[in-house]
Amino acid sequence: MDILYLLIPLSLVLVLLIGAVFWWAVDNGQFEDLEGPAHRILHDDDRPSP
Amino acid sequence: MPSASLLDTPETCFHCGLPLPAKIAYRVVVDGTERPMCCAGCAAVAKTIVGAGLVDYYRNRAAFPDPGAAIPGFVDELAAYDLPDLQRGFVHEDADNAAEAALLLEGIRCAACVWLIERRLRQLPGVLDASVNYATRRMRVRWDAARIKLSRILTAVVEIGYRASPFDPDKAETARRAERRQSLKRLAIAALGMMQVMMFAVPTYFASEGEIAPDHIQLMHWASLLLTVPVLLFSAREFFVGAWRDLTGHRLGMDVPIALGIATAFAASAWSTLAARGEVYFDSVTMFVFLLLAARFLEQEARSRSGDALERLTRILPERCRRFSGYPASRATHPLATARLAVGDHLLIGTGERIPADGMVVEGIGEADESLVSGESRPVCKNPGDPVMAGAVNLGSPLVMRATAVGTQNTVAQIARLVDRALGEKPAIARLVDRAASWFVLSVLAVTALAAAWWWATDARQVLPVVIAVLVITCPCALGLATPAALAAASHHLVRRGLLPTRANAIETLAEVTDIVFDKTGTLTRGTPAIMQTTLLGALSEGEVTAIAAALEESSRHPLGKALHAAAPAPYAATHLIAHSGAGVQGTVDGIVYRVGTLEFVRGIAGTGRPIEPQSIASCTLVALGSKQGWLALFYFTDMLRPESCAVVTQLEAMGKTVHLLSGDSPGIVAHIATEAGIARGRGGASPTSKLDYIRALQAKGAVVAMIGDGVNDAPSLGGAQVSVAMGSGTDVAQSAADMVLLSSDLHVIPEALRIARSTRAVIRQNLVWAAAYNIVALPLAACATVTPWIAAVGMSLSSLIVVANALRLVPSGAAAARLAHTSPHPALA
Repeated sequence: MDILYLLIPLSLVLVLLIGAVFWWAVDNGQFEDLEGPAHRILHDDDRPSP
Repeated sequence: MPSASLLDTPETCFHCGLPLPAKIAYRVVVDGTERPMCCAGCAAVAKTIVGAGLVDYYRNRAAFPDPGAAIPGFVDELAAYDLPDLQRGFVHEDADNAAEAALLLEGIRCAACVWLIERRLRQLPGVLDASVNYATRRMRVRWDAARIKLSRILTAVVEIGYRASPFDPDKAETARRAERRQSLKRLAIAALGMMQVMMFAVPTYFASEGEIAPDHIQLMHWASLLLTVPVLLFSAREFFVGAWRDLTGHRLGMDVPIALGIATAFAASAWSTLAARGEVYFDSVTMFVFLLLAARFLEQEARSRSGDALERLTRILPERCRRFSGYPASRATHPLATARLAVGDHLLIGTGERIPADGMVVEGIGEADESLVSGESRPVCKNPGDPVMAGAVNLGSPLVMRATAVGTQNTVAQIARLVDRALGEKPAIARLVDRAASWFVLSVLAVTALAAAWWWATDARQVLPVVIAVLVITCPCALGLATPAALAAASHHLVRRGLLPTRANAIETLAEVTDIVFDKTGTLTRGTPAIMQTTLLGALSEGEVTAIAAALEESSRHPLGKALHAAAPAPYAATHLIAHSGAGVQGTVDGIVYRVGTLEFVRGIAGTGRPIEPQSIASCTLVALGSKQGWLALFYFTDMLRPESCAVVTQLEAMGKTVHLLSGDSPGIVAHIATEAGIARGRGGASPTSKLDYIRALQAKGAVVAMIGDGVNDAPSLGGAQVSVAMGSGTDVAQSAADMVLLSSDLHVIPEALRIARSTRAVIRQNLVWAAAYNIVALPLAACATVTPWIAAVGMSLSSLIVVANALRLVPSGAAAARLAHTSPHPALA
């Protein structure tokens, strides 16, 4: 069970990472508009402009 | 790919969907097909969209754009936004010459609009980024000030058929957003900490003694400790700050036992970890903090949702206006940010423009749609000297006005402040609960000390778990949240319906009302005269006489004249109009001279022969119409009951309320109106004092009186009644004396509000009973060491969440809310 000595610290690092990503997301305004992006994905255009 | 969108029909303008004129002058090739356009504006917009390669907009859109937005000529004014003076208010410059501004967008109808605007702006050289928030209709745009001007960006938005105006998010708004972000972060950190600590804690719940190696347990304890530290320092910070504030203020609030519980549990666990023996409660600490924060977050959201309606109310004012630089000498106007307006400025209000400040008409005759503030949907005629209010829309010809109240002094800002006051004031019951909470906290601390002493004597190992469990489980949060959560949800619902609660205990009192006293004029009735009956005396039909009278009264400023003019569309044009003050108007229609006015005035032209004896109708004013050929018609005017009055009175009586009618009008008229509305108790000829006496007499008999009125003469009785509602169209005095303001002027809201108030009271009672019962059961359990700290945390948090969830039942559900928004007579609040 010595693997725990690796896995538990690893889990701490992961939590830290997830926390940082969430922190960034909040600061970046990802949670401000929960309605628009759902529509936006529907009309992205991948044809080149004339 | 099929180019036809859902909205493609041949008879309408391809761009805006309005019917096409008979002769189509504008055509634009869209996606290979020639499409008809209704006007040059739409054609220009369509050409721009196609030219920019954004034809996908037409494929994806789900709604036509706002036709009003495509106004050419608007572009010239945008150059003003390049002035540094004007930009200072809303443009923020950061390093590298990049400027950033928040813009408010008008004309967004569907998500395709968002796509179109973002694409178009990002195509412009020099625009670094543009992102539109579909929910709030706002856009953030960043641009390189050296390469592109702001006016060019704004013009690009106008060219594709929208309007962008600078939006200066005020401090309160910025603060609220920052607060929400901060709460989200606290919640997330607590959630992450809780989940991970739980991972380390769960094995120890189930493992029997010695099954997990002590080294491994110690490792998990250390990991839990590391995870709990940020939860404690960051997420739980506000509890410690709150507790410290309470203690330094010599009060005992709810934060005290919470902070004490968290701190004790953490200190004990940290000591166990360092000493490598004993129990740890990191799981309890993190879960406790998370659940508490979740409950608070929900409450905050419920509160800010009711604040949203308020924000929309203040946002309604235009960002810019046109000021005369040297009125009346010079007629030149220049654009000015509304925030910079000063009292005494002369402004030009064009047709269809919103009035930026309270003021007085100086020149021009217009019609103002004041439905935003008064709820009265009919436009009000504005002549020189008439007051106009901020937020109203000028529907008539352009007006010159002088500003008399700007910024925080204008009507809209005042309404916002009235609501602020209500939200800020603590209702009586909440104050009582706060005081009770202090005693509650004190007794909890006493019980904790007793339990600790007893367990110290019997089983010293149990002292810490018991102390923690008691402190945690008896958190008075549920008690404290019970009332404010329910009231916040109820005010939210009421504001949606167009009823603004301006004092905090209005909702509670409304639930106990037994008697409802209506004022007559302007409350049960419309307050403006309307034709009740027309008696024909000549050969002309009713339609003709009304049309002739309407034509004669075209420019009348008399209320009866206005009512007559409003009664019919005027197919006739009257010439040679001569107004005889206090008598009537004479004019020529189709070569025949007519007179409309008092009986005596018309007799002057129609001959001495009296018309048929006019039947006397109580409460009616008589206007006659005649020509040289003789009498034509008699119009009976009366102050008509609002269409909903009878139904509302019936509903209220069905709810077991006693309805009264009080008025300063003559008793005969009041009796007539009372019968018509179905009110048994009416009193006429009442002075402001006798109205108040009437209410006092009712109160002396034990009645809880709700007064509904609108005039200055109602103000004392509005103040004297236990709860009062002022009509939104009423006077300021009435509104500031009242507990609630009926913005929509729709009386249907009154019975609805009574129902909401009753369910609010029920919810508050359920919450209080639940919180008290929970504590009565939980406290002895915890003191007897039958509850472990983590169960205590779950129980405590659940009790708070149940309270909040119960309160949220008062907020109309999504579907119901959408229906309300659709039918609400009050667009700004919907």
